[in-house]
This record gives sequence, structure tokens and C-alpha cells, in this order.
Amino acid sequence: MEYEAVIGLEIHVELSTESKMFCGCRVEFGGEPNTRTCPVCLAHPGALPVINGEAIRSIARIGLALDCSIPEKSIFHRKNYFYPDLPKGYQISQFDQPFAVEGHLDVTLENETFRVGIERVHQEEDTAKNIHAGESGRIAGSTYSMIDFNRSGTPLVEIVTKPEIHSPQVARAFLNKLKNTLLYLNVSDCNMEEGSLRCDANVSIRPVGETTLGVKTELKNMNSFKYIEKGLQQEIARQVELLKDGKRIVQQTVHYDVASGDISALRSKEEAHDYRYFPEPDLVPILASREFVEEIRANMPELPHARAQRYISGFGLSAYNAEVITASRELADYFEETIAHLDDAKTVSNWIMGELLGYLNATGQELSECKVTPEELAVLLGMIKSGQVSQNIGKDVFAQMCDTGSKAADIVATKGLTQISDETELEVLADRVIDANPAQVQQYRAGKQQVLGFFVGQIMKETKGRANPQVVNEILKKKLTG
Amino acid sequence: MNLLRLTAIEALKHMEEGTVSSLELTDAYLSQISSHDSEVSAYLKVTGAEARHEAAAIDAKKGERAPLAGLPTAIKDVLCTEGITTTCASRMLENFKPIYTATCVRQMMEADIVTLGKTNMDEFAMGSSTENSAYGPTRNPWDLGRVPGGSSGGSAAAVAAGEAIWALGSDTGGSIRQPAAFCGVVGLKPTYGSVSRYGLIAFASSFDQVGPITKNVMDAALMMRYLVGKDPLDSTSVAHPAEMKMPVKRDLSGIRMGIVKELVGEGIDPGVMTVFNDAVEKLKAAGAVIGEASLPHSDYALPAYYILAPAEASANLARFDGVRFGLRAGDTNDVTQMYEQTRSQGFGEEVKRRIMLGTYALSSGYYDAYYGQAQKVRTLIVRDFGQALDEYDLLISPTAPTTAFGLGEKTDDPLTMYKSDICTIPVNLAGLPAISIPAGLSGGLPVGFQIIGKAFTTPDLLQAAYSAELAFGFDKVSPLIEGRDQDGI
Repeated sequence: MEYEAVIGLEIHVELSTESKMFCGCRVEFGGEPNTRTCPVCLAHPGALPVINGEAIRSIARIGLALDCSIPEKSIFHRKNYFYPDLPKGYQISQFDQPFAVEGHLDVTLENETFRVGIERVHQEEDTAKNIHAGESGRIAGSTYSMIDFNRSGTPLVEIVTKPEIHSPQVARAFLNKLKNTLLYLNVSDCNMEEGSLRCDANVSIRPVGETTLGVKTELKNMNSFKYIEKGLQQEIARQVELLKDGKRIVQQTVHYDVASGDISALRSKEEAHDYRYFPEPDLVPILASREFVEEIRANMPELPHARAQRYISGFGLSAYNAEVITASRELADYFEETIAHLDDAKTVSNWIMGELLGYLNATGQELSECKVTPEELAVLLGMIKSGQVSQNIGKDVFAQMCDTGSKAADIVATKGLTQISDETELEVLADRVIDANPAQVQQYRAGKQQVLGFFVGQIMKETKGRANPQVVNEILKKKLTG
Repeated sequence: MNLLRLTAIEALKHMEEGTVSSLELTDAYLSQISSHDSEVSAYLKVTGAEARHEAAAIDAKKGERAPLAGLPTAIKDVLCTEGITTTCASRMLENFKPIYTATCVRQMMEADIVTLGKTNMDEFAMGSSTENSAYGPTRNPWDLGRVPGGSSGGSAAAVAAGEAIWALGSDTGGSIRQPAAFCGVVGLKPTYGSVSRYGLIAFASSFDQVGPITKNVMDAALMMRYLVGKDPLDSTSVAHPAEMKMPVKRDLSGIRMGIVKELVGEGIDPGVMTVFNDAVEKLKAAGAVIGEASLPHSDYALPAYYILAPAEASANLARFDGVRFGLRAGDTNDVTQMYEQTRSQGFGEEVKRRIMLGTYALSSGYYDAYYGQAQKVRTLIVRDFGQALDEYDLLISPTAPTTAFGLGEKTDDPLTMYKSDICTIPVNLAGLPAISIPAGLSGGLPVGFQIIGKAFTTPDLLQAAYSAELAFGFDKVSPLIEGRDQDGI
């Protein structure tokens, strides 16, 4: 029997607002433990929460970017459970009246577009951080635990997709697109290592053609999109295996071990919490008036799709190049800064697509680590355009710039890489190689045109690649036929 | 002059004129506390040395006196006071010193009150007799064998015993008005939202409201001027739309008052009804137009309250987990055991009962039947009040069905105890302002008269209450003050 996977994602995004969700403490990663706390985020008796307006503006931007509808009224609920990192004994979250509902995000994978429905986007607060003493850093085997409340009350937005994703590849592509969108919106740094973007995935399988959902399992707290994809592949394979063996899938949380690639069960959902949600009486409802929503919409930053359209129609980029470049806000910004210094968008986009991304891929670097500034890239491309260096030498120069951080002009000057376009100089060289290779001359004159390449190669060898290939071609043709 | 019989406003006048100093006034109250509080137990903590220091500093100040300068004030131990132990009458917070001061207390302090100490209460404000205090009950100054009411029993008893010129209380289901009634003093529960709850240790957030317990209506009006205000730290607080004008001498001509028929029938003690009916006649004589009003759903107020308030409490009290402050049970093996032991040892019986009630009412599968239904009842009661207050300017009823009952009389039967609040609870469900003023004695014990107003019309309510107070002419004080008639300067 053929099975189909059904995947739903829950993404938690820490907002990069100035202050916390319900108090004035600063939002920042790390730092000396328990230095950014107050009676509210420590849940001292009598302290009350107050909604952070900037967080609401951020979630409104997220909701609109995901094409959600934003109800005029949404409310906070208390989600009750005991844990030391949850100082109030409840998390202020949203339940049956979330901030934004019913949206979608389209992702393209290998020329096919998948629409992923967004069930809801809601506002909540992050917990504190438990730190377990002991070598493993895990609770098991630790002698005592400490709590850092710096993170307590950081604004957190939860985005829940509909169970409409049918392959781990699409899940990963969705997450990439979502992350990029959030970066475009400037609402979060989306740093997965620091936990400002976290993802849980629910997955079940069912026979192809079946419409009811199978029993799902949950992959929690995966720390990279790559491992989410791999983990889902493993888990789907495990579920298929179980059903093929006539066994039952148990609803539970599973753990994907990155090192071994194994899936193991964490806990059974059957002992699930009863969170006893009820409306938060300390807060008033969030009223998102039509004016408020329109004001947010009018001030939305340009999103990837709109930016790509602008590149295609304004700069004449190919759809493919435009999409690749806008897939990361950082890369698109790099592109725009480069063309601000060199008015040749096509050349710049080709170089970014070919050389820059090629170098980053080969070395595993992030763009933020790249040593070549947009301005320096523009200088190099300018030198190529003016014929100062050849295209091929330019590529070498670029690689050296990436490696060393030196400026293009310095590399060209110190290594003497300037292109030779001077005809007199090149004619002397052409005469010399023609004289030295009579057999090849004869072949050419007998009609074997491709031998021309041999002569070009000889001249390039002599000049260490610096000869202007076009000029060389013309001189050689003239001399060989003449 | 018996300093203990001065109202706050009279005392301010004397201090202004220099006939009495702040220190003399403070000392008079501290002396009354040292002679009588061992029997009354109104206070959990008396900050005598600090109070004398504050009073002396106020006397030494040059220039214009602050508006409440030198008034010896008692603060219910449910309000956070920076650096001063705040226990909520619970073992859980036995040595807890808050790191900040409640907004309403801070506003009073900025007007230069002198803080005498923190008063006893039912643990976490849960109770109607102050017998649920982990530190022992407070006794009624009118009869030491009886309860002062609750939960603000310490504050009401302190004012009645001449152990404070006035006091701060909090009212979730009647916790200011019922003890004020039992102790023969005035107690006002303001409109929900008019006084900041920041620093008020929460029992039931959508009901809790801080208010004054005073010797008369004028003092309550004065204190309200320094309690109200929009607090940026409490999103449920609002700027009081009506100015807190002081009442003036006026009769009740043309004021329409509706007797809530459901609150004067069965279950109200005959002696209380006699005083109430006499009082109504006095109001008529003062010009009030009295008729009958109805709150058809008031039968469901008590059950709805005992779903909603415990539900909120079950979450509000979750922060008392032994992790960050307060009691932590020792000798436990893991965090779950630590939670269980801490909360078992730290909370008293009534608090545990309400946490369990509330947890149950919110549980999956029961939510709609309990919490959901109770919210609907709440909406109906809000509507009832709206209709009754369309017809009448004010609603009236006894404050409590009985006078102060004996210590231990109702402790074995929570339901009977809960019924002590049947006249006050509907008002909290609707968030309205209401005041209790003493109307007379029944069997030698004070009877409270409740007047309920429209939301955010506290100045009108206080004006009517002042006129009623004049009409009632109640001038009795507890024997503990009466006995001091020869004292003073």
C-alpha cells in the first residue's frame, strides 16, 4: 500500500522588541543571569501584566504577511501548569480567540508551488530558562538546577500551519520561506541557536486517497531546518514500517537523534496536561480596529515576492535569479548595495548567483561572514567591464578577495594581473607561437578551425592568462589566414 | 478631647491648626494598640517605631502640609509594602518582604499618611470572619466573643477599636462591607477599575477592589480622592470619570432608592430587618423616594461567584510554589514533591478548598458546565443591575444577613459561612460601587446598611450615603473606645 505523509508545523518566534511582553524589562539574549527581571516577570505577589504595544504591531505584521484575517477582537487566556521556569504557574497565551487566523504561505520547490494553510498566529510569552548543574547539562543526573529569568516574559509568537504539508522537503522549504519572511518583516532575528526560532512538527501517515488523519507523533524542538527534514523522513519511514508490520502507531513525542539518525519515543501523549485555559482577567481584550490594521498594512516592509517582481520588471533579471536573490533579505540587500555602486544589475546578479553563492557554498560560510563588501564587488566588476582585468582573472581575484579580505585593486596591482589588450605586444606574441608551431599552422590552414584554441591557449600560457582573449582571437585569425 | 474619637478630617483640622501634632495622634493610636490589640488581634504587624519616626518627620516639615499628613493608617496585609513583611495571613508568606509598594498605598504615602502596621485577614482574603488567618482570628471590638467579619476583619476591627484612624481593605465578595457592617464602621467598595490593583495580592482578579474602611462617610470620600486613578501598571484600571467631590449637607429629596426584594426576604435575621426597616423610614423622612427593585437572578449569584472566584484564585495562587519566594518545604526529593509539600504546608484549609474548587471548575470536560455557565449567570446579573438602576438612582439592602456571629460558630460549615456574603456578592459580580454604613444596633451589635450605585458614580453614592448617615444619626462606638472617654489631652 502507498502511504501519504501529513505534516503540520508549530513555529515559535521570539520577537525582537525593546521590552518584554508584559513588563518593561529589556529583551536581549544571554547576559548575566537574572539581571533583566522585575516583579512582573518574576511573578511576585500583586504584580500585573501590561500588554506591549510594539509586540502587537509585530504580530500584526506577521499576520498580514501570511495573508491571515485579523479579527477585531482577540483575548489572552491563562494556560495553567506547574514548572520552575514558569513563574506565575500559568503562561499568558491565546486560546480560542487568537490574534490572526486563516492565512497561507506559498512555497516553490522544483518549479512546483505548494500552498500551506496557516491555521492561527497567536501572541504569548516565553518561559525562563532552567540550567541544570552537572556535566550533561540535562536534568537527569544533575544535582541541582538554577533558573535564569532574563528570558521570562519575552514576547513569543506561535504560528500553526494546517496539516497540509505532505513531504519533509516541502516542510523545510516552508520553514525557509517563513524565516525569510520574518527577517524581511524585521520582527525577529530568527536565530535558531539562541532559540529565537523554534519548531515542532506533527506527522502522521495515511493510505493515499484516504481523507481522515492518522495517529500523529510530534517531533519537538528541532534546532535546524535540515534536521527537521531528516527527522521527518526518518519518522515517516518508521510509521510506514509499523503499519506494514501490522502494528499500531502511538500518539507520542519522539526524538530524532542527529548523530545516529535514530528516532526514539520521549513521552506518551496519553498522560497529556489539562491546561485549564480560561480568559486572563488581568488584561483587557486586544482590539485591532480596521484603522489599526490598515495602518500596519500601509507600512509593511517589502516582502520577498514583491521584491522579486521589482527586480524582474525594473532590472530585467530572470525570474530564477530574482527569486534566488530575494530568498534571503540579507542577500537581496547585498545585491541592491552593489548595484548602487555599479549600474549593471544583470552582471551583478550573475556574479552573486555564480561566484558569491558558489564561494559561500564551497566554504560553508554565511553571507554575514563574507569578507567582500558590496562596494568592493562593484569595484572589481567595474575593472572587468572596463577591460582592466579579464573575466577569468576577475574570478580568481574575487576568490582571493573572499579569502583575504584584500581590495580588488591591490590584488591586481601587486600580482600584476592587468589584462593585456595592447595589439603590438600581442602581435609579437602571436608571431612567436605561430613560428614555433608549424604543424598546427598547417592543420589550421587545412580547415581544422578548432586549432585556433590551441594558439589562444599558448598565448594565455605565456601571459599567465592576462591577454585579452577577444583581441588575441582577432590577431590570430588575421595572421593564420593571411 | 479624645483623640481616638476624631475622624480623619477632624484630625487633619486639628493638626493643621496645631492643636494636635502628628506624633501625639500617632502615639494615641499606638497606645490604644498596645493596650487592646492583645485581645482584638487586629494587627499582624505593628510598625510602631517607624510610625513615630514618620509622624515626627511630618511635624518637622516646613511649609504646606500634604493632604493626608499625619493620619495613622492601618493597611490590610494583602497589600504589598516595600520592605515590610506582607503575609496575606498565610504561612506561605510568613517572612515575605515585598520589593515594591502597591500603587494605592504609595499614593496614600505620597500624601503623607503614617503607617501603623498591617492588619489581619482571612488567608489570601478567602473568608467572611477573619478566622481563616494562619496567625489566629481577630475579635470584634463590640464583643470579643464574636468575629469582626472578613476578610478585612483586621482593618474593620482596628478602626472600630480606635487602633487606626482609618484603614485600607479589599473587597472581592464583600470583604470590606461585611466586616465594616459587623464592626459598626463605614466600608466602601469602589467601582471595579477605579483603584489600581497593582500590588494587591490577587484572590480573584476580576472581582478584587481596594477601598476605604473609615469612621464615617466623609473620611471615605477623602480617602477615595487618593486611591483612584488610572495606573499604567494595571491595565484594568481607568481614570475615574467623575471628580471625587466631597459630599455636602443635603437631604435626599427626589433620590429614588430601590429596596432589592431578593435581599430582604428569607435568610435575613429579623433583628437586622428591624434596623433596616427603621432606617428606610428615616430615608423616606429625609425625602428619598423608596420603591421595590428586583434582581431576578440573584439566587444564582452565590453559586456563580463560588465558581468564578475560585477558578481565578486557582491560577492566581499558582505562583506560590516555593521556587522564588516565601515558604519552601525542605527534605524533598524532586520538584513535584517540593511543590506538593510546600503548598500542603503553606496553605490553610479554606485556601486549599477554593483552589480545588477552582481547579475542578476549569478542568477539561467540566469547563462549560461550571465556568461557562457561571460566566453566563454573571452576564445576567449585570443585566439585572442595569435594569434596576434604570429605574432607581440607588439600590439598598442590608449589608449582611446577620450581625457579627460568634467565634467558631460557622467554621465547620463552609456553606453557612459563604451565605454571610449573599447581599454583597451580587455587587462584585457586576463590578458596581457599594457602601456599608452603620444604621443601628440589634442586640447590642451594629447593623450595616448597603447602598449600591451605578458604575463610576462613586461621588453620587458617597453624597447619598452621607445624607443617609445624617438621617440615621448612628453615633455609637465600640466599648473599647468608649472606655477611653476620659483619656486624651
